[in-house]
Order: sequence, then C-alpha cells, then structure tokens
Amino acid sequence: MTTPIKFYQTGTFTVGNRLLTPEQRSVQSSEERSNALNSGHRACQGCGEALGARYVVDAAMRATHNQLIAANATGCLEVFSTPYPETSWQLPWIHSLFGNAAAVGTGIAAALKVKAQKNGTANNVRVIAQGGDGGTTDIGFGCLSGMFERNDDVLYICYDNEAYMNTGVQRSSATPMGARTATTMAVGAHPGAPAGQGKNLPQIAMAHEIPYVATATVADLRDLEAKVEKAMSIRGARYLHVLVPCPLGWGSASHDTIKLARLARETGLFPVFEAEHGEVTAVTQLRHPVPVQEYLKLQKRFAHLFGPKGDAQMLARIQADADRNIRRFKLLEQEA
Amino acid sequence: MRKQVEGSAAVAEAVALARPEVICAYPISPQTHIVEGLGERVKSGSLTPCEFINVESEFAAMSVAIGSSAAGARTYTATASQGLLFMAEAVYNASGLGLPIVMTVANRAIGAPINIWNDHSDSMSQRDCGWLQLFAETNQEALDLHIQAFKIAEELSMPVMVCMDGFILTHAYEGVDMPTQAEVDAFLPPYEPRQVLDPAEPVSIGAMVGPEAFMEVRYLAHAKQTMALERIPQIAAEFKQRFGRDSGGLVRPYRTEDAETIVVALGSVLGTIQDAVDEMRAAGVKIGVLGIQSFRPFPLAAVRAALQGAKRVVVLEKSFSVGLGGVVSTDVRLALSGLQLHGYTVVAGLGGRAISKASLVRTFTEATSDSLQSLTFMDLDWRIVNRQLEREAATRRSGPIAENLLRDVGSIASKVT
Ligand SMILES: Cc1ncc(C[n+]2csc(CCOP(=O)(O)OP(=O)(O)O)c2C)c(N)n1
Ligand code: SF4
Repeated sequence: MTTPIKFYQTGTFTVGNRLLTPEQRSVQSSEERSNALNSGHRACQGCGEALGARYVVDAAMRATHNQLIAANATGCLEVFSTPYPETSWQLPWIHSLFGNAAAVGTGIAAALKVKAQKNGTANNVRVIAQGGDGGTTDIGFGCLSGMFERNDDVLYICYDNEAYMNTGVQRSSATPMGARTATTMAVGAHPGAPAGQGKNLPQIAMAHEIPYVATATVADLRDLEAKVEKAMSIRGARYLHVLVPCPLGWGSASHDTIKLARLARETGLFPVFEAEHGEVTAVTQLRHPVPVQEYLKLQKRFAHLFGPKGDAQMLARIQADADRNIRRFKLLEQEA
Repeated sequence: MRKQVEGSAAVAEAVALARPEVICAYPISPQTHIVEGLGERVKSGSLTPCEFINVESEFAAMSVAIGSSAAGARTYTATASQGLLFMAEAVYNASGLGLPIVMTVANRAIGAPINIWNDHSDSMSQRDCGWLQLFAETNQEALDLHIQAFKIAEELSMPVMVCMDGFILTHAYEGVDMPTQAEVDAFLPPYEPRQVLDPAEPVSIGAMVGPEAFMEVRYLAHAKQTMALERIPQIAAEFKQRFGRDSGGLVRPYRTEDAETIVVALGSVLGTIQDAVDEMRAAGVKIGVLGIQSFRPFPLAAVRAALQGAKRVVVLEKSFSVGLGGVVSTDVRLALSGLQLHGYTVVAGLGGRAISKASLVRTFTEATSDSLQSLTFMDLDWRIVNRQLEREAATRRSGPIAENLLRDVGSIASKVT
C-alpha cells in the first residue's frame, strides 16, 4: 500500500542518521516509510501538530508493518488533512466527532478482534486514536477514561498545542496559566489564563494504571519515534502526550516551533517521561534548566507578562511550576 | 419454536440469532434486560465470536458502534429516553457515515420531570437523524423486525432503529415463535460492508465536506430512505415466505376498506385501538385503523392510499411537538395534502398514562360526530392544569411545576409552614 514518496528529508537530521546503522535510523530518513500523512495538507507553516502526527503515524506504521487503522477527533489535524475530496492519509482513517476518538478506536479494536477470531488469523491490525488537547482533556475525556479503564488495545495520542486552535485559539484545560487565548484575554488585573487551573492528562492517565504512558515533544523526534515504537510493542491501553507548538495560536515564528518544543522541556515546564502501570520508569533529564522567560518571550501569547506593565507575579508562578516539575520528576542530571 | 418469554428476552434472542459481532450498550430502563440477556450469552460463550463492551455512557456506546461498524463488524446497541438524547450527536454521525448499526429503542418518556414509563418522545426526537425507524406492535413483531432490520440496514448501508414500547412490550411475557439459527442464517447473510477500514485498501472516512458537496450528501441520505420504502416491504414479504408471518412492512390497515373514520397510530397501542374499533364497528360505526410500521422512511403514498376514501383521520400520538401539536400528524397531513379530510390529533399516554379502550371509544365517538378538538390531550386532568395556571398567574414564585402538581394530587406532603 505504501506509495513511492518524495524524499525531501534533508539537513542535520538525516546527516546525523548517517552515523547510525540503517535499522537505528529515523523512520523519516527511510525511503521505505509509509508517508502516512502526506504533503499537500492545509496546516499552517511550522505547525508542530502536522510534524508530530507525521512522525507518530509513520513510526506506528513501521512498528505494525503497515497494519494500522487510525481514528481522529475533530480539530486542526482532522480539518487540515481531509478537505473533501482530498485526503492526506495513506492509512485507513476515520473521523467521527470531536469527543469520541477513543471510543471509536475501541470499536475498531473490538471489530478487529472478532474478525481475526472468525478468520482464524492472528489479530495483527492495530489501532491508534488521536486528537488535540481539547478533544482529549475536555470533551473526549469521558471516552478516553473509559478506554483506559477497560484497557482497550488502542494507543491514544494527544497532540497538545495547549488550546483549541481549530476554532480560533480558545482556552482548553491544557492551556498554561498566564497564556492569552480568545477566551482568556490579556485584560484585567490578572491577564491571560488563570493560575491554579488545568488538567494534567499524563498523570491522570497514569492514575488509570494503564500499561504505558509517555510524554514527548517535536523537538526530540527520535525520542518520539522510539516511544511510539515501544507503545506499539505493548497490548492494552496506551497514552502518548506530545507537545506540538502552534505558531498561529502561540504567536510564535514558524521557524521557532522546534526551538519552543525544546525550551518547554529544558525549562521543566513540559517534563518528558515514560511510565508503566502507573509508575514513572524513565525521564529525559536536563543538563541546565533554562529560565522560563526564555521560553515565554518567544510567544506573543505571553507578551503581557513582560515589559513595564508586565506581570512579575505570574512569571514567578510559572517559574515555580517549572521548578516543581524538576523536583517532582527528578529532571536534573544527577552529579556522578 | 413457540416460547413464553419476556419481550426483552425475545429481542435478545433475535439479536443473538442475527450473529452480531460487537455489542455495546449503557444501561437505562426499560432497555436493560435486552442487553443483559446478550451480555450473558457473550460471557457464557454461547454467542461467539462477539465482543460485548461495557462503556461509560450512551455517547460512548454509539461511538464504539461507529468504530466497529466502520471496521466491518455487525454491530448492535440499545437505549431509551435520556440515553438516546445523550448519544444524539453520535446518532446523527452514524447515519451520515452510512453505518448499518441496529439499535433497539425501548421507548420511554424524556424528562424533566424524570419518568421511566412509556411514550414515544425519545425516538421522535431523533426523527430527522437519518436512521430508519421501525415500530413494533407486538413482541413477535419486535423479534421479527430485529432480524429484518439487520438485512435492511446492511443492504442499504444505513442504520436502523427498532422502536418497541418500553415496559408494555419489553417487560411483558407473551408467547412468541422463535426462529431457528438455520432459518435466520438462510435469511440474513454475513455483513459485507460497503466501505471498510482495512489496511489492505486504505480509505478515509468522515472527511470535512464544504458547501460544494454537503447538500448532495444529505440528498443522497434521503434518496436512500426512498429506496428503503421499496426494500422494507420486499424484505417483509421475503420474511413472510420463510417464516410464515406478516411482520414489518410499511403500514398495516385494519378494517379500513369502507371506513369513514380512520385512526392512525404506532406501536403497541394499535392492539387496544383495534379492540375499540371492533366495539364501534359492532355498533355500526364505520371506523378502521392504520398502523404505521415504518415511521422513517415515512410511507407517504401508502398512507395516502389507505386514507383517501375516509372522511376523517384521527392520529393518536404518544409524543408531541411542544408549541405545535402532533409529530406524526404533521407527516400524515402531508400525505393527505389536497384531500378534503377532517384531521384530529389526539395526544395520549404520555409518560405511561394508561390508554384505556373506554377512553379511546369516547374520543373516537366524538371524532365521528366532528365534535372533537383538533388537538386533544386524552384523559388530561384539567383540574390540575388549571390550578397550576392560576397559581402561576398569581405569583411568579410558584415553584417547580411537577412538585406543585404532585402536592395538589396529594402524592407528596405540602411544605410545613
Ligand atoms: C460537540 C462539539 N463541540 C464543539 C465543536 C467545535 N470544535 C471543533 S474542533 C474544536 C477545538 C479543537 O481543539 P483541540 O482538540 O485542542 O485541537 P486543535 O485544533 O487545537 O489541534 C472545537 C471546539 C465540535 N466540533 N463539536
Ligand atoms: S492553527 Fe496551529 S495546530 Fe492548527 S494547523 Fe495552524 S499551526 Fe497547526
């Protein structure tokens, strides 16, 4: 089923790959890759979600020898990839609603199980479900929690761009405090999203004690691929939370997407870790924690925190949050 | 084989005979016994291979059904009332995607006030969702319709709702003729999806469609229902040939040939209406009944043909459109456009209010002398209604209506002052 691809992957990433044996190289550096989300879709320039999805789905395709079906929630990823009569998806793909991707995934997995039983074949076809942070942490939360609780054989991927981008950048329960969105405006005594709100879905997923939970960013694409591969080696409910900067919603430069994803990790604001059955098993450590300002300053959604009228109090709280993550997940490299 | 069983058990057996591959449901009275019966079969291994999935909500139940049907599995679910409303977004989606899911609606009222008893408000609320809606008159018909429903759904690639009156049918023990597995297998071939999620031949299902094609998609949904108008009676005829029973179809006329007054209704109340009609016929009144088995697609031509010789039509409805009147009446009147008939809408039996033969005879007798109100709420207690209206006119702080009414009829104690 894999169609021949345009091999447009050049630059340091493939150069770096030359140092590796072929089987260790990035899925994207291979001409054999599925090109599951192909070019020509309508994502904005520098869209972290498009990049993340391509790496995730291609890695899952390789891990399953292309025996993969995807369910997608409503949101940017769905809208920019399937303007009828076109589709960017080179794998069987279904979009039903904003809030039900996890449950649709469950249904597909159930059907595959029965069909394999009927045909007397091994159940090799695997299922992923994917959505934005809105479709995951908010409206789709019930279905997702149900899928976790039943331990259905689905890998759910949340592409977290920290707001509802598809409908014009409104807040989600994954929007960070202080961030300006269309529904947490930069006005009043406490501009931006209020402090003390929000939902930490990786930790909620862990509380379901499912076999595998991981976080990743589009700055560490090999790490992202490795986590997808690992997730696909496991049966049962799995959750992958990927930070995907959104130039439009964050008010950042298109060329800063990767930089921002890296800074989110290096400040401690977005801890990158893996957990199995509710316990953290690995963390990506930081050599030198970066002050949060360096991350926030590149984004217009935090502009009101800086300058003469700035919000030093909020900045301090965001820094405290990053510091707490560093402590909680033991992110600092231990001195030998 | 003839069996004395509860309606729900009969439906569970019929669904099991259809060999569903994925069943997924969320409990709500009066649907529970159906899915419990199926769950037991799957767990004990008598229905295999089949996945029974316990979900966290009706919205999830329909969503799981969407996934499994799209992946090529014969899929079944059941719900009622608030459950149907809770899944509504996914109900529309299932039909838009052309997925042949079969769902039982054990008809029940919608709150507030919460009420578990039978009327048709729930499925009528989904009238325009693109599903076929077949109404069962008896438990035998409920059983038979489920077997036909899978065939209709899969041939046309559209979902089908089989509506049966909650409690009146679901919880009633009756003798039913149960087909054998071999008979059902011969009637219902395995599900062959039109469009399936399969890595061997990838398709994208559920793309974003703009103004350039959306109208066409909706029109085609309508065109398919028009095709169902032909297939439903054909499949009913095929069913009769194999199983020897008249079940399903579009409409069922009873003593309508020379009738001047024809009562139109759906579901289990048809039996009581037939009794009332028999009594009135014995007294020389030219009256008949038209049962509607297929509410969607609505059989405009069949209804018109059955009613055109009459002088008046009385639509007896177990739901209504607040602010307008009858739901079914609107459709019936469309079928009669251009004909000079007196039309009456009788809303009855809401929230499980008993529909007695005596009340029906009284109401139909008023209709035959054209002294019936065009919109009548049968057996409505005007004393309660008027007392509440007076109270509301007197003060804006009169409290929740249902609580006031219950206090008036003495069901709950008045507040101690
Ligand atoms: C039931 C329902 N409510 C609201 C919407 C409108 N809606 C579509 S996408 C979306 C936001 C998507 O945000 P997110 O899941 O974070 O994905 P993103 O677009 O940011 O990738 C909303 C609110 C909808 N489609 N369905
Ligand atoms: S709005 Fe953001 S998430 Fe959506 S396509 Fe543009 S960059 Fe990507």
